[in-house]
Amino acid sequence: MNRLSPFNVVSLTFGFAFLYLPMLILVIYSFNKSKLVTVWAGFSTKWYGELLSNEAFLDAAWVTLKVAVISSSIATVLGTMAAYTLVRGGRFFGRTLFSGMIYAPLVMPEVITGLSLLLLFIGVGMDRGVMTIVLAHTTFSMCFVSVVVSSRLATFDRALEEAALDLGASPFEAFRLITLPIIAPAVVSGWLLAFTLSLDDLVIASFATGPSATTLPMKIWSSVRLGVSPEINALSSILIGLVASGVIIASLVSKRHSVRVQQEERAAERFEND
Amino acid sequence: MFGLVGAPQLAFCWINDLRRFVLIALPYFWLLALFLVPFVIVFKIALSDAALAIPPYMPTMKDGLSAMFLQLDFENFVFLTEDDLYWKAYLSSLRVAFISTVLTLLFGYPIAYAMARAPHEWRATLMMLIILPFWTSFLIRVYAWIGILSTEGLLNRFLFWIGAISEPLTILNTSTAVYIGIVYTYIPFMILPIYAALERLDASLIEAAEDLGCSRMKAFWLITIPLSKGGIVAGCFLVFIPALGEFVIPSLLGGSGTLMIGKVLFEEFFSNRDWPVASAVAVILLLILIVPIILFQRNEQRQQDAEG
Repeated sequence: MNRLSPFNVVSLTFGFAFLYLPMLILVIYSFNKSKLVTVWAGFSTKWYGELLSNEAFLDAAWVTLKVAVISSSIATVLGTMAAYTLVRGGRFFGRTLFSGMIYAPLVMPEVITGLSLLLLFIGVGMDRGVMTIVLAHTTFSMCFVSVVVSSRLATFDRALEEAALDLGASPFEAFRLITLPIIAPAVVSGWLLAFTLSLDDLVIASFATGPSATTLPMKIWSSVRLGVSPEINALSSILIGLVASGVIIASLVSKRHSVRVQQEERAAERFEND
Repeated sequence: MFGLVGAPQLAFCWINDLRRFVLIALPYFWLLALFLVPFVIVFKIALSDAALAIPPYMPTMKDGLSAMFLQLDFENFVFLTEDDLYWKAYLSSLRVAFISTVLTLLFGYPIAYAMARAPHEWRATLMMLIILPFWTSFLIRVYAWIGILSTEGLLNRFLFWIGAISEPLTILNTSTAVYIGIVYTYIPFMILPIYAALERLDASLIEAAEDLGCSRMKAFWLITIPLSKGGIVAGCFLVFIPALGEFVIPSLLGGSGTLMIGKVLFEEFFSNRDWPVASAVAVILLLILIVPIILFQRNEQRQQDAEG
């Protein structure tokens, strides 16, 4: 059962090659000396140098980072509130509408979300820029946060909260002292999800922004439309490197954490047995 | 005496009620203002005349609500049916989304199957490797294919080098490139639900079928496929729904050769600046999407019921 048949080995090999080869090629060619991206002309890091002296890219990166940090933080607060309301809030007026509005943005094509938000911003006469991108990103990423957090809320033992309430905690204290620490991992992964969604978004940001703010994906988009360029390869490699190291660090940390929890549980068992 | 005890308790209740109200109201009103209201505006503009709808389009509201409704008409929708560009774009989006969904299933199923068969200690790593590309920029993953698929690209060089072709193939700027792009970016959405279904599958069922004289192949068709149907259906919808409104992939890989509705909407809005038509395009895309979204939710519900 646990021995893979040749067919399974082949499909895994091809599957992962298909997933990772294009990115690997992208990284390799970012070190290419030639301006032509498909012809190898020797190793060079000059494109990284040019990228770091390109102010337009650096500005766009700064705008993107600002938008991502602010929007994912607001989205995490709102999304957690929404998840708590949906799972624990009981009945209230317009609950169905509320849960509909949480799930609809998950499947909505980006062009429609972007278009409708732009029409709203113009309708109320709002100056478009960093602020409007933050509003747009917060709106769709709070729904993702809410789904992640509510799946954690739905599975944990409600008796813990009830015990706190019986012992005299106010609902707010019970949330702060019991619920929040338990759902914390889901809240953190919700924040990370919102953060990467915001970093990655091209379509909604293109609709929501005005002439004053350009995000990194928009900048990449406008140069990619003109064709392949080694500078974009260098930028992509940096982003891929950042993501890969982030994910590896996160998985190491969570592995160490789970090992520690296991040790503590074992220690507790031993203590009980003695 | 009574009042002295009651007052703080009343205040306590009142503060809790206020907290509960804020807890519900804050995300609620955020979504109402930034999700629902914009949709109403899209519907309204789709039903307006171009002259009124180009900014500032709000003046139609000034004449009062009844006047606003009187001015609504279906001209933009009639326009969409008259110009065959839109018909073709909707049909070709449906075709591209359908074909790519089938291709994603054909490539994704064997991978999910092999993952579910892999030794236990590998599975977490394999899962992480499938999810990892999600965290990388979508735009960059699509961009990576331009250098591979172009006429002087790596794929053509490789095929030329092994002697499979003598003339370079034109792949970039055709629908083939769009299929490759969609399969590449959306295959994790297909693999994960199928893997989840296959992992739960009880291996003794297949052993029983084989003991009872089924061939391997027959056991696969009669047991494995039906028991992973929920995962297959979920995966297909998760690919089909976003692929239908896709904008980045057809624009970068499909060139002018592929017509997709997301691209038409974007161009109608930014290049032609025809907002009412763009809004009407959006409304129809939404109506087309409602059917698969409802079917998807039913499938999810049915699976939850089956588990519970």
